[in-house]
Amino acid sequence: MSNSNLLRGGVIKSEDLQAEFVEEIVKAGGEKIRLCFQCGTCTGSCPSGRRTAFKTRQLIAKSLLGLRDEVLNDKNLWTCTSCYTCTERCPRGIDVTNLIFIIRNIAVRSGLILDRHKVALGYLIKTGHLVPITENYMKLRGELGLEEVPPTTHKHSEALHEFQELISKLQFDRLTAGQGDEK
Amino acid sequence: MSDYALFLGCVIPNRYPGIEAAMRKMAPSLGITLYEMDGASCCPAPGVTRSFDSQTWLTLAARNICIAEALGKNVLTMCNGCYASLKEANAILKNDSAKREAVNKVLSEVGKRFRGDIEVKHIVEVLYNEVGLEKIKSLAKRRLNLKAAVHYGCHILKPSELREWKSHERPTFLDELITALGMESVSYQDKMMCCGAGGGVRSGVPEVGLDMTREKLRNIIRTGVDVIVNCCPLCHLQFDRGQVEIEQNMGEKFRVPILHYIQLLGISAGLTLDEVGAKAHNISLETLASRI
Repeated sequence: MSNSNLLRGGVIKSEDLQAEFVEEIVKAGGEKIRLCFQCGTCTGSCPSGRRTAFKTRQLIAKSLLGLRDEVLNDKNLWTCTSCYTCTERCPRGIDVTNLIFIIRNIAVRSGLILDRHKVALGYLIKTGHLVPITENYMKLRGELGLEEVPPTTHKHSEALHEFQELISKLQFDRLTAGQGDEK
Repeated sequence: MSDYALFLGCVIPNRYPGIEAAMRKMAPSLGITLYEMDGASCCPAPGVTRSFDSQTWLTLAARNICIAEALGKNVLTMCNGCYASLKEANAILKNDSAKREAVNKVLSEVGKRFRGDIEVKHIVEVLYNEVGLEKIKSLAKRRLNLKAAVHYGCHILKPSELREWKSHERPTFLDELITALGMESVSYQDKMMCCGAGGGVRSGVPEVGLDMTREKLRNIIRTGVDVIVNCCPLCHLQFDRGQVEIEQNMGEKFRVPILHYIQLLGISAGLTLDEVGAKAHNISLETLASRI
């Protein structure tokens, strides 16, 4: 079930909570989440939280409560720039940025990935680069005295095949299949 | 002489090749010999890739590290993002035997194995700690009459657990590298704030990232600087291309030129603006020409 809107004047009922969510986070290496005492240093330090509805402290509180669907479906989850200020300042020593990575990993495994991110991953899988070369930049490289094609997976096709083989063994390419959550 | 395996990444070779050209041209006078990491891929990006699947991020980073291990050289990167991915993956794989075994099991299928016998260094770390400020001063042949706003970028500093800087809240090393060239480095409001590009924000929710970039640019422009100096090509891209996007989408005009520190060092040592790749810049470097 979807439990979004629960916090907007609604009542959170025990059957809405998925207590196993925090276990899922702990299992992925986020055991310190249980140390959070809700001081709000993370939210107060967050450059994204200053301009969006992304509130790190709330993300942790909702995760601990087991509001799994609400946490994973909130698109603000994707506004963290991984600046690590929250991690550095957390008085309980929680690696908050890594918690966000863990929660994002769970969201992606649940099929919640932005279409724009699928496009970026498409480049990565196809070329070995999130930002691949173009004709114009090849020309400019030549003018600068550099090899037109950089000596990366762009130049070495056997290396690109090796890279793609790893991606397929890790089933990473499956993440970009099917529909995203954006219309 | 120090030997390094040069890790190019994506944004430097494919969008700002002048950063790569400046690095290659400056290496001999810095006492650095560079070796090619043939067949290296994206690091892969710590925000975008790690956010989607940590195991894939770790395995693909390990593959890149294996290329440097085969050369027997420490990795040198000019990008904070590549530094973050490769340095943290290297530390995880060296210290966590279960994770190392899991990664090596996958890598073995393509004939690779992570050994854990090299280090990952950022060019600014090498310049500050190994080359040294005195040597940098001696390379500054041209007087650059420029006032700079330094942007460190988050991942050169954090997570601090894996880095050796004295402070991640109030660092000075990049400012010191600027003043070593005879330039002024100004202080400005929220100097340590993120550029807004990382964590997949530039690719996923660009309007949020650009709002952050605009805040930084507003704080910077008040100080009347000539140039913003960074040490990360993604921050560089966010400030350079971002200014065009902010102008188009938000109607606010800044036009401050952006330079990576290795480009600035190159110019200071006598390279021309064209030789450090001025053509790739969205915000023209021409305003700097009369000041150098």
